[in-house]
Amino acid sequence: MPLKGEFYQRDREWHPPAYTHDYKTSVARSPQKSLISLDQTVSEITGPRFGHSDIAALDNDLIYNYAGEGQSAIGERIILHGRVLDENARPVPNTLVEAWQANAGGRYRHKKDTYLAPIDPNFGGCGRTLTDENGYYFFRTVKPGAYPWRNWVNSWRPAHIHLSIFGTGFTQRLITQCYFEGDPLLGKCPIVKTIPTQEGRDSLVAALDMNATIPLDTIAYKFDIVLRGRRSTLFENRLEGN
Amino acid sequence: MVQKLEYLKETPSQTAGPYVHIGLAPGAAGFDIYERELGQDIAGPNAKGERIRIEGLVIDGTGSPVKDVLLEAWQANADGIYPHPEVDGDVEEGFRGWGRVITNFETGEWGFDTVKPGCVPGRNGSTQAPHINLWIVARGINVGLNTRIYFDDEAEANAKDPIINMIEWENRRATLIAKRGERDGQVVYRFDVYLQGESETVFFDI
Repeated sequence: MPLKGEFYQRDREWHPPAYTHDYKTSVARSPQKSLISLDQTVSEITGPRFGHSDIAALDNDLIYNYAGEGQSAIGERIILHGRVLDENARPVPNTLVEAWQANAGGRYRHKKDTYLAPIDPNFGGCGRTLTDENGYYFFRTVKPGAYPWRNWVNSWRPAHIHLSIFGTGFTQRLITQCYFEGDPLLGKCPIVKTIPTQEGRDSLVAALDMNATIPLDTIAYKFDIVLRGRRSTLFENRLEGN
Repeated sequence: MVQKLEYLKETPSQTAGPYVHIGLAPGAAGFDIYERELGQDIAGPNAKGERIRIEGLVIDGTGSPVKDVLLEAWQANADGIYPHPEVDGDVEEGFRGWGRVITNFETGEWGFDTVKPGCVPGRNGSTQAPHINLWIVARGINVGLNTRIYFDDEAEANAKDPIINMIEWENRRATLIAKRGERDGQVVYRFDVYLQGESETVFFDI
């Protein structure tokens, strides 16, 4: 199969800039020189592929994937589901989506997290899945709690789930965070506010999805993910659109 | 008024945060959950070519090592073939070309074992020198940073590499070139990444 076209340029005015003064950790970790724009080659257009042999059946079920026999994670049971699409609105099938999060009390299972909220012995806090042929994915988990962090003296992260997505090319590689509809901390978070526009921030807020809720069992939120789109033809000499 | 374009907007990036290991390398976070962690073996047992190790630090603007960084590598095999359905040619069984690299939390040192990649095609009939594509995420990095690792013993190929040559500031090109050494009979390249400052590494908008 011949190489298809380049991926669309990433809109750097839509993404957070590297240097965001109010998110203090970015200050010493942000490149100060301009990124060098690179015409994509085979190195950028290709990327790692994953299959069902890479993951296990329970990997997308955070309520049970670390729980003891007959146990389950504590917290508000939720389904997080949606589609991975590209900017052309085409589904991205068979792509790896990884998730990690704090438990319902806002505590991460990580040797560097010392927050006083307790570890849930039945909750690991990570999951992974492959999108199906329509780009659809879902996780079952508990809604993570808000937690304090050292930025300003009194900073609290809104509830969020970290998501890592691959796509088909290394250019599409993306890590983001999914927030939840109605969270009063959203407007106060310096990490959310690294995104320049309100429209961009809103695009990271999962919607309560009553149609996907399982009555008397699990509430649902919908979160679609969009990866970079791609030209249909590779124009080697002149980069014309299509 | 004009017609409306139907494109969707890419999902905005957010920092991977300090606990990225929980999701992408839970063993490093301090617990076992998966039967198999991904990205632990880039080349596999059957890969041809020279076995090498690459080590380094990611250093912030204060000169301190970034101890909670996570890197991903993407490379071709020794024949210059990426394991991808759009690329002609096959790779050795078990060659993934992709790996995840975690730091030592105390020192910030990272390292990974692989094989040295071959030259790969560039645009318009050119040839790219052997290189490994690197993607760097961490707390405080709002959008993952892309750079490339080239090799200092490939001076001739590097001199002709279209990407290296595109970098207008010749004095910055060296930031992409790993330095070859040897330890206990093993080839070890050094590749330190500087996020800021005089010797800031070249990062690409790919």
